[in-house]
Amino acid sequence: MSLDPTYLEYPKRRRGYDHDLYPWSALRDRKPVRWPDGKTVAIWVCVDLEWFPLDPADKPFRAPGHMQTPYPDYRHYTAREYGTRVGFYRLLDAFAKAGVTVSVAANGAIAERYPQIIADIGAAGHEIIAHSTDMNGTIASGLAEADERALIAKTAQTLEKATGVRPRGWLSIARSQSWNTPNLLKEAGFTYCCDWVNDELPYRFNNGLINLPLNHELSDRQIITVQQQSADSYGEQMLDAFDWLAGEAKTYGGRMLPLNVTPYIMALPYRIGAFETLLGALAARPGAWFAPGGAIVDAWLKSEAG
Amino acid sequence: MDGARKADPELYDFQAYRGRPKIVWPGGKTVAVWVAPNLEYYEIDPPANPFRKSWTKPHPDVVGYSHRDHSNRVSHWRMAEAMSKHGFPGSVSLSVALCQHHPEVVEDGAKRGWEFFSHGIYNTRYTYGMDEAQERAIIEDSIRTVAAATGQKIRGWLAPALTHTPRTLDLIAEYGLDYTCDLYHDDQVQAVKVKSGKLASIPYSLEVNDHYGFFIYNMSPRAYADTLLRQFDRLAAEGAASGTVMCIPLHAYLIGQPHRVGPFERVLEHIARDGRAWIARAGEIVDAWRLQTGDAG
Repeated sequence: MSLDPTYLEYPKRRRGYDHDLYPWSALRDRKPVRWPDGKTVAIWVCVDLEWFPLDPADKPFRAPGHMQTPYPDYRHYTAREYGTRVGFYRLLDAFAKAGVTVSVAANGAIAERYPQIIADIGAAGHEIIAHSTDMNGTIASGLAEADERALIAKTAQTLEKATGVRPRGWLSIARSQSWNTPNLLKEAGFTYCCDWVNDELPYRFNNGLINLPLNHELSDRQIITVQQQSADSYGEQMLDAFDWLAGEAKTYGGRMLPLNVTPYIMALPYRIGAFETLLGALAARPGAWFAPGGAIVDAWLKSEAG
Repeated sequence: MDGARKADPELYDFQAYRGRPKIVWPGGKTVAVWVAPNLEYYEIDPPANPFRKSWTKPHPDVVGYSHRDHSNRVSHWRMAEAMSKHGFPGSVSLSVALCQHHPEVVEDGAKRGWEFFSHGIYNTRYTYGMDEAQERAIIEDSIRTVAAATGQKIRGWLAPALTHTPRTLDLIAEYGLDYTCDLYHDDQVQAVKVKSGKLASIPYSLEVNDHYGFFIYNMSPRAYADTLLRQFDRLAAEGAASGTVMCIPLHAYLIGQPHRVGPFERVLEHIARDGRAWIARAGEIVDAWRLQTGDAG
């Protein structure tokens, strides 16, 4: 047998990418980035604050962490609610104790259902970024453009109404986008998205949207839930990452360490201690700058311009 | 697939690990260590091969694509610098279309004295289902593309995404390539039976491949580093009887992540200092083996 002859044709085999979303550049050849106050490594903590409806949707796909047993899956519904009711407050306390400000990637449903949480995030000075409507609001190619536009608009409006501020950042569920997403996010007025994991500093899409890479490999979901490592090992890995990046920063300019944490994973009683220890150890590192995503993007823009 | 299926690939005879001729690597070293970075390009929206999907998710698979793109923007240089610092050249399994897409990455490897062999055109185009003319076309494309980009004549082959046909090894040998990285049956170089030419199987590795370490066995970075050290210590000891080969197959988007590259660099430092390793490129290892065995192919 043979394959269709087009399988050996490569119409996009050319300099640069096989798409027009963003240009190629090597991180290490870029102009060194300068963070405020001479800090060398920006530590971006991003907490995913999510509401998983008891009736999961499978179109375009079921979100990671969603319901798993036949209806009604009280087990997973309430275990995730535990993260929102209890675990998230452990995280807020840990951030206050370490003196750090963070991003909270919230589903619009959190603002509608639990306004107290939104008030408490604001009172602590953290940034809220948009994380879809709820955990049925997944995006992938095949989702009609009008439906995706409506999903993005509804999320932004819900969060704006609850906080009084239009969110500047967007995180897709499972970082999954359609071909339309970058343009729809730009159209909806977002400054940045956090979905593409191909870099370690902000960069621009061709349409002007900024990508602030939230490394999925460094997330608690990946390390603890998928790879089944301990919270202590997670902490050790983040410190190893910080120390490596701090070394690079001496030669190449500012670096960034994204910590993506999930209340129902990291904020369990037996794990939160390791996370508090990690925050303390990071805060004590010279050169560490804890900042929400929007502040990192602003500092990057300023450094680019300067 | 073409033709009748065989129960045995019929590429080599059984040879027990005991009682073999003694191989001694240059300088009296007991284990030849080679590092094999996969420099790859994955297409964002490749055509479908009837035997295998490229991405498990609808295109664009943002995480799948951008994770691999991390190699070409960020982590290649981090991995390569750690290797150069401790005296490890790379023997590259190359998606040859990378020569067109990001020539900067290929040039960087060439400047460091790395050897290039083919890993197909793209890691998103599979050999499954190709007829002979199509398979010849990707081999000829590989030879031509790498020569134009680096001046090197490729000597080896690691099938794109490890996809083969029963004729793959015969064809690469016919084109004058003289080693394959696709067979995992031994810790020493072995001759492969091919219709024409000479072909050696150089030990590559699935088991200590960073992909297996991190995504099959779910190792922490330090656990993977410990795995490499144990692999090295055992092969270096056994190689006193007859020289062994240790391959460290890498993907920058995995090993070059900030939480992994530090523990990995400490492995390179240890192996370089140990004294038993002949740190070499794949082709040099095949040459040294041929010289000692008088391999007739």
